[in-house]
Amino acid sequence: MMAGFLGLVRRELLLAFRQGSALTLTLAFFVIAVTLFPLGVGPELNILQRIGPGVLWVGALLSCLLTLDRMFQADFEDGSLDLLMIGRVPVELVVLAKVVSHWLTSILPLILITPLLAVSLNMPFDGIVAMEFALLLGSPALSLIGSVGAGLTVGLRRGGVLLSLMVLPLYIPVLIFGVAAVEAAIAVLPMASHLSLLAAMSLGALVVCPVAAAAALRLAVD
Amino acid sequence: MAIDFHKYANPTRFLRLASAVFPWVTGAAVLLLVTGLYMGLFVAPEDYQQGETVRIMFVHVPAAWMGMSVYTMMAVSAAAGLIWKHPVADLSAKAAAPIGACFTLLALVTGALWGQPMWGTYWVWDARLTSMLILLFLYLGYMALWGSFDDHSKAARAAAILVLVGAINIPVIKFSVDWWNTLHQPASVATLDGPKIHGSILTPLLVMGAAYMMLFLSVFIIRVKAEIMDRRLQIMKISQLQE
Amino acid sequence: MAEFNEFLEMGGYAAFVWPSYLVSAVVLTLLVVFSVRRLRRIERDLKPFEERRQARRNRTRSSRTEPLNDT
Repeated sequence: MMAGFLGLVRRELLLAFRQGSALTLTLAFFVIAVTLFPLGVGPELNILQRIGPGVLWVGALLSCLLTLDRMFQADFEDGSLDLLMIGRVPVELVVLAKVVSHWLTSILPLILITPLLAVSLNMPFDGIVAMEFALLLGSPALSLIGSVGAGLTVGLRRGGVLLSLMVLPLYIPVLIFGVAAVEAAIAVLPMASHLSLLAAMSLGALVVCPVAAAAALRLAVD
Repeated sequence: MAIDFHKYANPTRFLRLASAVFPWVTGAAVLLLVTGLYMGLFVAPEDYQQGETVRIMFVHVPAAWMGMSVYTMMAVSAAAGLIWKHPVADLSAKAAAPIGACFTLLALVTGALWGQPMWGTYWVWDARLTSMLILLFLYLGYMALWGSFDDHSKAARAAAILVLVGAINIPVIKFSVDWWNTLHQPASVATLDGPKIHGSILTPLLVMGAAYMMLFLSVFIIRVKAEIMDRRLQIMKISQLQE
Repeated sequence: MAEFNEFLEMGGYAAFVWPSYLVSAVVLTLLVVFSVRRLRRIERDLKPFEERRQARRNRTRSSRTEPLNDT
């Protein structure tokens, strides 16, 4: 079962790297979206420092959303989803493999480029470190919650818009505590509680979301 | 109890029960609304702090109560629909959603109208207003998901999954928004909190709450009836095509 | 009359109290009206189907009771 799971993750990663474009597109979107904010609100450094954590988090949420609707869609269209559903790997684990590869291909690059963007937003060093930790701990929840939305909208017309309407409200707690952790670090306050809450959300999502997404997928291939 | 529950899962039996209850519920709604409005507008004194704006509370608070309880009720019936495959449970969640969305919208609008004289601005990122706004988004997402499926039973199950995931998330959202608000908001905001609600205000509030409850039940029965009839209509259309 | 005017003024908050009642009334009325109209429309659409089914049921019942009459 574990081998099947790892095999699935490897397949997803291979597909993502062979196609390549999705990977760089998400990254480009993230960079451009974040760059728009200084252009929109003006180049004053203290304003940028004030809104920096929020901008980066919102940018990460939106970029994550961008690839979510492809999570199951391609497999649904070419029929391999049906095979995956009747294979020996439980559907919940299939979902988890998809989530892991979505996180690795769509979110990890964002986390890696975040320090660069944070510097451009005049974020102090402590804030950048906190941002990295907060993203690492909180972003799995984004992929996990997103998998439920992706499962529910698989095979639907106009699925992408519907997906954002359903998923974004559920992202709000991650956004709030993610930003709070960074702001606490910038103000030299303890941020362990925020980070633990982010980790708790990711773990909670890890319990609930694969089950819900699997139920949604069974529905879709029915 | 469980047996009774199953009995009303049968659409025909539900329809019979609903038609029996409907006149009483509607009558109670009208009666309570008239009483509540009279008490709220003429009997209740003005508040020493909020002045006459306290009267907005009589349409605001019950709407907020209903907005939240309707979502809870949808989550319960969605769970029942998923677990026991009750046809009526699925339909009742669908029928309740627009009503809950209307109440939530009303809570937001009347809250803004209360906020302008009290806080000096229509919209404050107050914890309650923000949570209600998110709740409205959850309702809209639910209704949009129903609308985008062609297959009825698939839509029912997908919507049920969404409601349940949302219901698990609601306490987390509520907690995070409350916490976020205390961080960003000066704590000087006047609310109806605490034990300082006087009986002369509380009674009309409760009467209006009961009135909104009855109004919900009345509209709910109409909408569930429409959903059941609509299902029947679709099935008949399909069977006619097959002939 | 003066009392009535005072009541309408709502202690200077008329611009907030009355709109909130008005909005509540309008939204809830529209909700009721749309719900009732939807039910009416569906019932009207359903009627021909129900009648046809009823007629067919009657026909099968009558053909069962007197099966050999017309052959």
